[in-house]
Amino acid sequence: MLLLAGSVPIDKMPLTIGPIDYSPDGITVDGHPLPINRGNEAMMTAACIACDYFGVERPVGMVAGDIGTRQGSEAIYNHLAKHLPEMGVDVMTLHYVMPDIKLNNKVVETIKKMKNKPVLIADAGSMYVAKAGGHAEFYDIFTPDLGEVAFLADEKADHPSFTRGFIFHMESDTPELIRRAYEAGNAPPTMFVKGKTDYVCHNGKIVHTIDSPSVETMEPIGGTGDLITGMISGMVFAGKNHIEACLIAGRANRLAGELSNPTPATQIDSIIKFLPEALAKAASSV
Amino acid sequence: MFGWFRKKEKEQKKTQKPDEVTRGLLIFAHPTTVIAVEDLLRDEGYTIRVVSPPPSYRTGCDLSVEIPMESEAEITALLNSVNMTPMDVVPITAQGMEPLHFVREKDFGDYLMVRAANMKMTVEKSTGKIVNISGGGCPDVPYLATSMLGKTLAEAPDPGEVGFSLCAYSLNTAREEIIKSVGV
Repeated sequence: MLLLAGSVPIDKMPLTIGPIDYSPDGITVDGHPLPINRGNEAMMTAACIACDYFGVERPVGMVAGDIGTRQGSEAIYNHLAKHLPEMGVDVMTLHYVMPDIKLNNKVVETIKKMKNKPVLIADAGSMYVAKAGGHAEFYDIFTPDLGEVAFLADEKADHPSFTRGFIFHMESDTPELIRRAYEAGNAPPTMFVKGKTDYVCHNGKIVHTIDSPSVETMEPIGGTGDLITGMISGMVFAGKNHIEACLIAGRANRLAGELSNPTPATQIDSIIKFLPEALAKAASSV
Repeated sequence: MFGWFRKKEKEQKKTQKPDEVTRGLLIFAHPTTVIAVEDLLRDEGYTIRVVSPPPSYRTGCDLSVEIPMESEAEITALLNSVNMTPMDVVPITAQGMEPLHFVREKDFGDYLMVRAANMKMTVEKSTGKIVNISGGGCPDVPYLATSMLGKTLAEAPDPGEVGFSLCAYSLNTAREEIIKSVGV
């Protein structure tokens, strides 16, 4: 099973777990409709598209409403800490949640006791808390953007907002930030670093770079990084090796961007429309 | 005159013991409460810093306000009077980390994007309309995006008031920088 977990911006929506269904209007989790949005919804949509393309079962979603007040995030952490071993999860992607080091430590402790550790993929708040809690190397894949890889490179920062100025100013040298993140033990074996040039990294080395097609107007669009995380999740579940999954996802995302001919005001649903076509093209080229 | 001030400062340093506690931290439940407290205390003339709390209080998404301990009683009384009572007041000897205030601007012709830490906000220059919000990882980011997109900088809710997280704090930094560039 591919489990995708994270919060959705619906105040007081209770913890909901069930199959994810996808249509052009949005997704449903256990039958509950969720409109396409940046964050978990975009990630879940992209994962469904990848699962469909590679002919594997669609993912299961675990969502709870959280607008920043923590309740939804706490429900997700607590459920995972208590019930993950009995859920039969092969790959688990954790995305937008409120960072909570103590609760995430409980989830990590639960996973350490599991006979078969699921493949762990993290982005957004789940990646922040994994790093802040000192567990980055316990995970398998992170998908940071440029600001987030600077945070991973700063061994003192608990959150990207605390990245020290001198590291923030090193962003023109992404390979150095990647080196620092691995050296400090703040990176998992595989990382996909999203930016003008995407970097696919494995065990401290940059193994691929992706820089075309270059669609500069994708940078302001909220949710483009979420699509990459979702596609990687779907492809890892479908059995692709982690580096190949990153490579295909990076190319597909850029192709979908190019096909949508975006402006800085374009919204993520306009790019998602082209994702199946872009993924098919990218997968056939690798 | 300046020499007199310098002499006085030196004398103060001589009498202060290395481990003497002169600063304290106000701890709050949400990072964005700190924005309001910061504005209030600076307006009142206090010398404060917004910093990370000590490890025992950290969840991974928090901010606190460093204050002079000599003013603790009057500051807490002031905050109580405006219903912004801190959860705790902690004396400190080590300096906390300050949130990042550097920003990067990217001009897209009709649009301006500003990034603060991990948060990006993009507006249409001619109208001040917020057209995209990107980045971040805390749950209030998608909520803030839903609340702010399509509205002008004047109409949109202030992320410092609606949000709860450090991502909201950084988004507020980006918003303030955009306002400096294109106006409200």
